[in-house]
Amino acid sequence: MAIISYREAVSQALREALEEDHRFFLMGEDIGPYGGSFAVTRGFWEEFGPERVKDSPLSESAIVGAGVGAAMAGLRPMVEIMTINFSLLAIDQIVNHAAKIRYMSGGQFSVPLCIRTVTGAGASVGATHSQSFEGWYASVPGLHVVVPSTPKDALGLFRSCRELMDPVIFVEHILLYGARGEVPDGPFKIPLGQAEVKRLGRDVTIVTFSRMVHVCLAAAEQLAVEGIQVEVVDLRTLRPLDMETVVHSVRKTRHALVVEEAPKQGGFGAEIASQVQHLAFDYLDGPVERVAGEEVPIPYSMPLERLAIPDPERVARAIRAQLGR
Amino acid sequence: MTAIDRQRLSKNQLLGLYRQMHLIREFERECERQYTRGHIKGFLHVYSGEEAIAVGAISTLEPQDYVVTHYRDHGHALARGVSSKDIMAELFGKATGCSKGRGGSMHLFDASKNFMGGYAIVGGQLPVATGLALASQYRGENRIALCFMGDGALNEGEFHEAMNLAAIWKLPVIFFCENNLYGMGAPASTTLIMHQEIYRMAAAYGIPGAEVDGNDVLAVRELMLEVVQRVRGGQGPYFIEAKTYRLRGHSIADPANYRPPEEVSYWQSRDPVPRFKEWLLAEGQASQAEIDQVGASVEQEIVAAAQFAESSPFPQPQDLHKWVYEEGQA
Repeated sequence: MAIISYREAVSQALREALEEDHRFFLMGEDIGPYGGSFAVTRGFWEEFGPERVKDSPLSESAIVGAGVGAAMAGLRPMVEIMTINFSLLAIDQIVNHAAKIRYMSGGQFSVPLCIRTVTGAGASVGATHSQSFEGWYASVPGLHVVVPSTPKDALGLFRSCRELMDPVIFVEHILLYGARGEVPDGPFKIPLGQAEVKRLGRDVTIVTFSRMVHVCLAAAEQLAVEGIQVEVVDLRTLRPLDMETVVHSVRKTRHALVVEEAPKQGGFGAEIASQVQHLAFDYLDGPVERVAGEEVPIPYSMPLERLAIPDPERVARAIRAQLGR
Repeated sequence: MTAIDRQRLSKNQLLGLYRQMHLIREFERECERQYTRGHIKGFLHVYSGEEAIAVGAISTLEPQDYVVTHYRDHGHALARGVSSKDIMAELFGKATGCSKGRGGSMHLFDASKNFMGGYAIVGGQLPVATGLALASQYRGENRIALCFMGDGALNEGEFHEAMNLAAIWKLPVIFFCENNLYGMGAPASTTLIMHQEIYRMAAAYGIPGAEVDGNDVLAVRELMLEVVQRVRGGQGPYFIEAKTYRLRGHSIADPANYRPPEEVSYWQSRDPVPRFKEWLLAEGQASQAEIDQVGASVEQEIVAAAQFAESSPFPQPQDLHKWVYEEGQA
């Protein structure tokens, strides 16, 4: 058991792929000598060479599309899109091509392409660099959407992604790179579609993912002092989606709160809320509640930005209200 | 020296090229009939008038090479040797179709022919073709990718991104622009500043460009033979512009009333299929009897394709979700 950072976990996952299988290679903007915007690939270019760590032009659509083509030809491209905001420039390749080629070709072609990207607000980088689009991608059949919250999950999930024959959007959170956590030794893997209970509790279930897991764990700490036992379920992947773990928890606690960073309207949390009320209606003691981002472009100014995304206090307030305490 | 000397084409090969062109023309006619009968649904973009390009260009490739194209893709699929039965069945939405009924007219695929697909988002196929070429380069193979596009694609960002990427990485890909003068209903003269010399746009990306008469199958072939050799030899991408003309509208729903009659009749006089046939006869490369024989065999093939499509089963309802993911994955 080692304690490593989220950045080191992703880095290790990529390194393993490059070392173990020559079909894997990296493509992305400034992943070469610069080492990657978030330093995930620092030293890779020197170690693996420019043919396998391909520094690309600022052409998101071309590099994702090139990943699609290379994957169809049998390679295992790992494309880095610097942030999920820029993935909009590649959304045609992701949604219209990567996600559909297996289906539209009647199973003749596979697109085993891994697109790594960075989501989230809180870094004071303004409205165009602070969005959380993972929920959008989770609405596209043909894609896998992976949203790790810890170093262990990042490493274990990536090892599973490597074995998939279909495209993956692997979404890292901008504020989590420095987060440290325990990672088991040995070649452990975490399968997609398996949520994890990150904290046990009997009074209310929070369903969340990515950085909001940590926000919710902090809220749970506060509430524990007040005698409220919160259970925190980390979805870990949005597609496939593990509702079984969620429902199992809700049946026990009889209360559900869904927390996400993206704006509430049309957010992925609405899908969770809908499924919980459908699958566990008889077990609920009240409506499924939601805490989500405000309906606003993420502001630059730090005090405003803090208001725009959920924090432990907001989550705790929502739970007190929900439980009438 | 004439084109056939340079290309060392036998009489049989010449007749083979003619047969493919005639097959595409007749196949598209049958598609229009079947659309009217309600057997073919959705969008139908026929290739009539552009046959010389697909046939001339694809005839210069090796089986291991990749073909990537746009939504007007029946001609490229047929020229690549995808079975006319499988294509027609696909258009009928049948389980026996070349995309198992999941693709339709705009999304034909055939892995056995390295026919990597028709792409229906204009320009979307260029990055994909670039990636196929990248895979070849990465593995040290000598296969190349041939990527067709229409003139409309040149106004998409993906064109610019893919051209630059292919050039900067020196990838073995041929970008082949079928300039049929219209992007849907809009004349290129009103939408593309370089419409008269599209091939010169390649120079902006450091890619050599050439133009060719897209209604002359031997001219297309001749240029492609040279370009294929060069691209296969590792000299990086190449761009070709072939001027041609849709003899029909953008799609079956388009009577193409926006085109001046004199323009249409000019291009009808340059129709590549009769043009090649007349050349074969005039040069003594084929007899009328041989031409008639081709006609009869194509007719038979089309009838068989339509019968196969009609008698084939639709996909099973329980297979709705098949192929969204690899078998066994959620």
